Amino acid sequence: MIVRKIGENIISPLGFSVAENFAAVMDGRSALQRYDHLWDLPFPCFVSLLADDILDEVFAQAVDQSRLPMKSCTRFEKIALLSAAKALQSTPLDPSSPRVLFMLSSTKGNVSLLADAAPDIKRVTPAHTAQLIARYFGNPNMPLVVSNACISGLCAQIEAYRCLQSGQYDAAVVIGADVLSPFIVSGFQSLKALSDEQCHPFSSVRQGLNLGEAAATVVYAAGEEPNGGWRMLAGAMANDANHISGPSRTGEGSYRALMSVLQSAALTAEDLACLNVHGTSTLYNDEMEAVAIHRAGLSGVPVNALKGYYGHTLGAAGILETLLTMHAVEQGVVPATRGYEEIGVTMPLSLSSSSGKTSKTAFVKLLSGFGGCNAAAAFTFDSCR
Amino acid sequence: MMRYEVLHTVKLCPSYLEVDGNRIAEAGGETSFLTDLYRRLGLDYPKFFKMDILSKVGFLASEFLLEQEGGERFVPRADRAVLLFNRYSSMHADQTFQETIAHPEDFYPKPSVFVYTLPNIVTGEIAIRNKYHGESNFILLPEYSEQAMNQAIERAFLAPGTTSLLTGWLEALSENEYEASCSLITVH
Repeated sequence: MIVRKIGENIISPLGFSVAENFAAVMDGRSALQRYDHLWDLPFPCFVSLLADDILDEVFAQAVDQSRLPMKSCTRFEKIALLSAAKALQSTPLDPSSPRVLFMLSSTKGNVSLLADAAPDIKRVTPAHTAQLIARYFGNPNMPLVVSNACISGLCAQIEAYRCLQSGQYDAAVVIGADVLSPFIVSGFQSLKALSDEQCHPFSSVRQGLNLGEAAATVVYAAGEEPNGGWRMLAGAMANDANHISGPSRTGEGSYRALMSVLQSAALTAEDLACLNVHGTSTLYNDEMEAVAIHRAGLSGVPVNALKGYYGHTLGAAGILETLLTMHAVEQGVVPATRGYEEIGVTMPLSLSSSSGKTSKTAFVKLLSGFGGCNAAAAFTFDSCR
Repeated sequence: MMRYEVLHTVKLCPSYLEVDGNRIAEAGGETSFLTDLYRRLGLDYPKFFKMDILSKVGFLASEFLLEQEGGERFVPRADRAVLLFNRYSSMHADQTFQETIAHPEDFYPKPSVFVYTLPNIVTGEIAIRNKYHGESNFILLPEYSEQAMNQAIERAFLAPGTTSLLTGWLEALSENEYEASCSLITVH
């Protein structure tokens, strides 16, 4: 069974479609900026935020609000639903079919509602939002939320892949989304994980990550044969079994996930246009990934990270970064690692602050997250026959 | 359809613990039932006391399952995945963390609380304890559903190398409201 991409969307401060976002990345643009008093937090932060006025305008155009059970949506609900609606607009898929499964990838969903005087606890749960979206499209199946920290967006795609491979479903709509809030920003700040300036993936000057808001959707469908376009070849997860909030020094889980995917997809270093990595710009993550890539014998493969354009978009990251890398590789480009300066990890990596060319058609996406979890997935492009 | 064998089951709630359907312990002491169970296991694992409620309940459920399984433990392995489900994610840790940032004059976000505001941290705790390098995942559902969980279990066995699962429903809303209904499953 072949797992083909049949629909896509990205909602971010850089645009409301994958094409707009890809063009922004090619232009080297970013919406990351410094805020000295964001939400009255007692520290400055460097984040990428969606503007409410534009979001509301696009939302009103794309979403029929009379089909929603409530008067108004939260920002999280808006971007997740909007992204799904836009992704489905471009496909012939009937989302109300019982053969279609909706999945949401999110780390914190509507958690900002906890700041309300009397929080609606059910609405805080991400599965509530997943249900809202599935019902909006008239889908009869119980949706699921993958909440596996920062790797959620790849895990959800892996779940989708297996749904189609096993014949459980014929198509899966995989939506990744997270919005920022004092909860998330102060949490990362308390972990000393944030940089108050532009992040510098893999660089000696890196001081931490930037956070960003986005939603991204990929729609996969099962097919009998490749007939042009992108295919997901394999996906794997592995745990470091080391620490709940720090990566393994040996890159154990990331290395295992990477090796498993290369083997399942029958890919070698020579087949890969690039490794699109997590590259959060924290000291430990980037070092760990460099070690894992080196152990896997992939030091010669071009590596790139997209956090310098968007920041870390949490539950959206795995989908957003996969989609942008698909567009890049399809056009023969390995995007620049924005913010990259001088190498600051102990293993050699093929990284660049300017974009490169490639004639290869496959890539591997890597992510790692709290809880010691790691994921890898492989994708390939087939030219139309 | 795949054929599973359920090796062992555990049910832990505020009033009792059952292993393989047998009542092992009942709450009633002066101290916390979870702490009582930790002591009953005779563990020396101080990390337990740093965990949030969700992780404590999941950790204890996994310990009773694995004690029942017997055999050699703590040898690195990748053939066992940890796959847990619930509805309310890490709600208790979320509420606890929210308290620390709710008042500008008393703003003290704690990293030790924040790390538990992800439901999959408990899967990491179980993986660390047992040196499991296999898959770990946490899936949220709008409500308890055997069908949705069984489908996810079937998918988990599609991973190359996964031959057994520590899986089940794990919800913990407070010190007095929790449920672990977990099992060890293998596939033939």
